[in-house]
Amino acid sequence: MKKNLSNTVEFHPVSAPDFLPPPQLRDLQFQRLRAIVQRAYDRQALFRQRMEERKLAPADLKSLADLAKLPFTVKTDLRDTYPFGLFASPMEEIVRLHASSGTTGKPIVVAYTAADVEVWTNAMVRSFACCGVHAGDVIQNAYGYGLFTGGLGAHYGAEKLGATVIPISGGNTQRQLMVMKDFGVTVICCTPSYFLHLLDQAAELGINLKDLPLRAGIFGAEPWTENMRRRIESESGIQAFDIYGLSEIVGPGVAMECQCQSGPHIFEDYFYPEIVDPKTGKVLGDEEEGELVLTTLAKFAMPMIRYRTRDITALTSEQCKCGRHLRRIKRISRRSDDMFIIRGINVYPSQIEAALLAVEGTLPHYQIILTRERGLDEMEVQVEVTADFFSDTVGALEKLQSNLSRSIETTAGLRAKVRLVQPRTLQRSEGKAKRVIDQRKM
Amino acid sequence: MKLKQLSLFLENRPGALSDPVRLLGKNKLNIITLSLADTQNFGILRLILRDWERAKQLLEKQGFVVKVTDVVAIEVQDRPGGLAAILAALEKAGINVEYMYAFTLKKEDKGVLVFRFDDPDRAVQALQKARINVIGEIELFKRLEA
Repeated sequence: MKKNLSNTVEFHPVSAPDFLPPPQLRDLQFQRLRAIVQRAYDRQALFRQRMEERKLAPADLKSLADLAKLPFTVKTDLRDTYPFGLFASPMEEIVRLHASSGTTGKPIVVAYTAADVEVWTNAMVRSFACCGVHAGDVIQNAYGYGLFTGGLGAHYGAEKLGATVIPISGGNTQRQLMVMKDFGVTVICCTPSYFLHLLDQAAELGINLKDLPLRAGIFGAEPWTENMRRRIESESGIQAFDIYGLSEIVGPGVAMECQCQSGPHIFEDYFYPEIVDPKTGKVLGDEEEGELVLTTLAKFAMPMIRYRTRDITALTSEQCKCGRHLRRIKRISRRSDDMFIIRGINVYPSQIEAALLAVEGTLPHYQIILTRERGLDEMEVQVEVTADFFSDTVGALEKLQSNLSRSIETTAGLRAKVRLVQPRTLQRSEGKAKRVIDQRKM
Repeated sequence: MKLKQLSLFLENRPGALSDPVRLLGKNKLNIITLSLADTQNFGILRLILRDWERAKQLLEKQGFVVKVTDVVAIEVQDRPGGLAAILAALEKAGINVEYMYAFTLKKEDKGVLVFRFDDPDRAVQALQKARINVIGEIELFKRLEA
């Protein structure tokens, strides 16, 4: 039995900033921006140095538009200053660390003060409320718990919202379906591809999700398409919502779709968005496609000023029918770098290179093949066999395969199938091999 | 007393085996014997040829990864227990057999097997001590011509 998803659910007070009139919202953003830029200037050596190079001081920030003068922060800044370089709070004030995989061996670590966790939790409460989830809902949280921000981020928000949280984490599909059925789950949080996998498994077990109380899915941590949304909604009878976030900024809850399902609203009193030309860095206008740049307005342990997300999208300030004045982003279509996301984990080809290099000592020719089978993403790394590593015994080659596979798991954080292939069989284009073949049908 | 064996890496896909075999045939190189080790993902083709150096050059030119390994050809009595006697001698000396395969060649009541050992020199010593006939390259090719 589907419960009706009402548009007039009780208003959660935490959501109030969603409805601030634009002039007041801009004012609030500017006050917060000044404070956070001052904090970064005082406490982040890297930011101060970049400001000084540009002969800028926090006092030069006279309006929101002046933000465009400030230097960018990029992902490698987090890696280069690992472990504590961008912390703006002493460890005594930091209550939580999270991490995502970096572009090479070192992880990207992010820190939170108690107030930061509160901000994040509020962003998640607002995310749930935005799409009509409320106290009394039973939320199955199938995002991974641990260093990944997905699990705990959604968990804290769902609890504060007053919903029942089932912290089931990822994996074990049969148990997921049993819990969903037996406890009357109404909302699920997971990656969209994992939900497709759940759908397939349910069909195999003779469970029709349309017969269950499940009515909404909060899907994120990887790119997906309108086609996937249509398939999910028609096959399961739920509403599928797009949530956006990244751990460098806070985690999930940076932006969330409302019931109009017309692109995620950015909680811009916390996260200030800009769209820039990925090549020149020039700020682009409303509706223009470019790279999303975010500035944290209310994060103390690790302020991020003009963080380059590498996600390509566009901003729209067109008033949404839901009444929120928060600007929306278009569905993330692609990235301005070579990162790809598999099962919610960010992977860079350079990580795979580092892993292969660690085992073989030199870099063999390789190719990454991404496939989606029964809703589940798989990564296969094809490696050309070289004379140095070829052996006439099966055992030695199988050992090489498993060493490569283990090395990839260590550096990239996920299991990959390694397939040895004959030399000169991998595609090479213009001297530079095409490293990633994405065969997933989104 | 050792023989040279060529090993080739092959992918597990249709046609993978015929490419090197066709190349050798075209160049009038006769394969004396071979064995194919296969796993789910790949195969290893092991070849004994008289002119292994030329074969190696040709194969490598075609882009194959080729490895040369020393193997040992051992004469075995063609009767029950023939192989067991050889293995007993190896076992006594603590020598591990990596893999083995046969020659189609047979002389009177004796067959010939190819063995790959970790340490072929020590294996030859142990076999000779046990009075087992190890066949060298010259003798092997002589028998082939007979």
